Amino acid sequence: MIGARLMVERPRFRLDLELEVAAGEVVALLGPNGAGKTTVLRALAGLLPLSAGHIRLDGEPLHTIPAERRPVGMVFQDYLLFPHLSALDNVAFGPRCHGVPKRRARALAAEWLERVGLAGHAGARPRELSGGQAQRVALARALAVRPRLLLLDEPLAALDAHTRLDVRAALHRHLGDFDGAAVLVTHDPLDAMVLADRLVVVEDGAVVQEGAPSTVARHPRTDYVARLVGLNLYRGVADGHAVRLDGVTLNAAESQTGPVFVAFPPTAVALYRTRPDGTPRNLWEAVIGGVERHGDHVRVLLTGPIEASADVTAAAVAELGLRPGARVWAALKATETHAYPA
Amino acid sequence: MGHRNLRATALAVLALLAGSAGCSSSEGAERTVTVFAAASLTEVFTGLGADFEAANPGTDVRFNFGSSATLAQQIVQGAPADVFAAASPATMKTVTDASLADAPAVFARNRLQIAVPAGDPGRIGGLADLADPRTKVALCAPQVPCGAAAAKALAAAGVKVTPVTLEQDVKATLTKLVLGEVDAALVYRTDVRAAKGRSGRPSGSPAADSSAGPSAGGVEGVDFPEAGQAVNDYPIAVLRPAPAGDLARRFTDLVLSRRGRDALAAAGFEVP
Amino acid sequence: MRGRMPWPLVVPAVAGLVFLVLPLLGLLVRAPWAGMGERLAEPLVLEALRLSLVTATLATAICLLLGVPLAWLLARGDLRGRRLIRALVTVPLVLPPVVGGVALLLVLGRNGLAGRWLYEAFGISFPFTTAGVVLAEAFVAMPFLVISVEGALRAADPRYEEAAATLGASRWRVFTRVTLPLVAPGVSAGAVLCWARALGEFGATITFAGNFPGRTQTMPLAVYLALETDPEAAIVLSLVLLAVSVLVLASLRDRWAGTP
Repeated sequence: MIGARLMVERPRFRLDLELEVAAGEVVALLGPNGAGKTTVLRALAGLLPLSAGHIRLDGEPLHTIPAERRPVGMVFQDYLLFPHLSALDNVAFGPRCHGVPKRRARALAAEWLERVGLAGHAGARPRELSGGQAQRVALARALAVRPRLLLLDEPLAALDAHTRLDVRAALHRHLGDFDGAAVLVTHDPLDAMVLADRLVVVEDGAVVQEGAPSTVARHPRTDYVARLVGLNLYRGVADGHAVRLDGVTLNAAESQTGPVFVAFPPTAVALYRTRPDGTPRNLWEAVIGGVERHGDHVRVLLTGPIEASADVTAAAVAELGLRPGARVWAALKATETHAYPA
Repeated sequence: MGHRNLRATALAVLALLAGSAGCSSSEGAERTVTVFAAASLTEVFTGLGADFEAANPGTDVRFNFGSSATLAQQIVQGAPADVFAAASPATMKTVTDASLADAPAVFARNRLQIAVPAGDPGRIGGLADLADPRTKVALCAPQVPCGAAAAKALAAAGVKVTPVTLEQDVKATLTKLVLGEVDAALVYRTDVRAAKGRSGRPSGSPAADSSAGPSAGGVEGVDFPEAGQAVNDYPIAVLRPAPAGDLARRFTDLVLSRRGRDALAAAGFEVP
Repeated sequence: MRGRMPWPLVVPAVAGLVFLVLPLLGLLVRAPWAGMGERLAEPLVLEALRLSLVTATLATAICLLLGVPLAWLLARGDLRGRRLIRALVTVPLVLPPVVGGVALLLVLGRNGLAGRWLYEAFGISFPFTTAGVVLAEAFVAMPFLVISVEGALRAADPRYEEAAATLGASRWRVFTRVTLPLVAPGVSAGAVLCWARALGEFGATITFAGNFPGRTQTMPLAVYLALETDPEAAIVLSLVLLAVSVLVLASLRDRWAGTP
């Protein structure tokens, strides 16, 4: 069980966050570039001194111990396999440092390579390995020291989309087998959702939201998270189902009181040339700010009383003459509009 | 602008190269006499050169001092020189063998001395004392004139000396003594006298930089009888294609004149 | 990047090559090939060659022992006045070797600052000894190694060292098992330069260690003195030095640096 209060002061950057990770738990640190995710890992690994705070492992202080004596394994973003050593010797390096005799360390390393499915590549130099293979060697190398805390810095970022799928699945399996605490840094929400038991969203050196992946995905609390999970997000004040935003009042599915977040997916927005008949309750007049392709549909950026994204079909774009500057009516389904306390 | 500068620089460099490579063929050559002389003549010849220029207004004496053997090689390889003053007949022979010089005349003799640190408590009185294995001795290498002379003198004395070093020239040999690294050195009397004259005031020459070493005080010379067996003759000759032939002869005459002999004697040379 | 090469590069490149090679050609042309065998068999030549090889190798060993840690300090150390230290390290490069020799005498000579103490306490005196030759060569050659290794260390990614630390490697282990192998090409290039410089060393050696056959007379000293009386012998000696050094450097380069 890891408990840490990490404070790192640097010119123009300040990290101050608390982090707890239970044994067997995988926590994903999610955040934009420069948020301080990697700094957290480096501080936990002992590669960066804390300005203040503490790191405890089962109540014992860890921050007073130098990096090489911490029971920590780390997988670096670009793996950093030692180029002058074979895959086998890369994995055996850690055990050797811990005093395991050479022969025994190599046997151990062979086992680990076998476990990550690279038994046939033991003699290969890092430059002879593919990206996915190198990632697995790096994982085996980090696990071979039997760490109590495993740190993974963007473990999938360097891989192409196809490899990524396989490696992600394999990594999920290995993380499942790992009985220590694991902290994973990523900026890919999908990686975070698949691999992590819990998400910690970091922005500007501080935790802005944490919780189970599904909760975070449904109820984002910052624009960054909302964008990641593809939701429109606003702050407002609720009075029952009615939520007053800056410029428009929306009806939400939930009944709340006081300050709330309101979130809805772009697919819940429908666009009309003229004011639609009937009286949908969530209706406002918007100006089109931009139109862009987004997978198999078109994302329309709306300005006006509120800024929002709306997803429509390509056919609708032509039909409605959606071009920047055009005026449209936006209607929103109340059932897909969720309000939750801010 | 940039191009013009570059071209101007290139032209200047070319002019310099041409000037230095072919100066003896330029117009004013006959007003300039180039003298190649043994390093041990540096002080005396520099003084005589000034006299010569004063007596012959508008002339210019240029010296190239160095190891006689090196100078001889340079002359044979075509270095532009008018006069050669060597520290040994052997090195002069290199030049005469190549038919590059008229009959040389001996204008000075140099005699070896044992150089010891000033105030040396009389431990060394003669060549025999150099054989003591506790005494560190520096000699010139046998390939250079002072080394050949030293070998001759030691043979004449029947003394076997094991030096700690065989230096490349006489100044370097003396330097080892001045810096206190050896207890004695066999060098020319003129060098001992020059070192004595300079000790106390630092100059560029390591031999004279007596303030540098902790005990680098003065130098004293000890005469020994066998030195007479190894006297070094200094021949001087006007070189064959001497471009400034007339000036060259007049400079040689000056060296051989009363005035020249006095200057040489004052520096410690023996004059025939 | 093969293909047509621009002539503004080719012309000076060829001129540069000619400029470097022509003097060697001069040596070859003027060499007295007739009596070569006898001249080479002279004990003086072999002695000087042996001494040159031994001292250059020992000097390189000293440079490695002291220079690699020094380079590490310059590249990775957390020290103030790094610029000044780097400038000091390169002093022997710009110092005329003869001046270096005098400086060594003033420090390590019998009357030198440290030399006097060494002599009085232990009876150790470096001038006129083979050890003195090694010192003089190491003094002049060390900057080549330090600069080369420091460059390699700066170019090496320090995160490999961090990775090693997270695997439990002590600082020393990181240095020996990760840092050194990573900069091995730089170290070997530096060592080769260092050895070559030591092999050709003349000024500092003759000034500090003097010249005595078998003890301090290395090949360059023998060449210089031979030039005084017997230029042909000097050419022969130069060719021997040249041949041996080219041979050694070529074979080392293949073994250490691999294909560049």
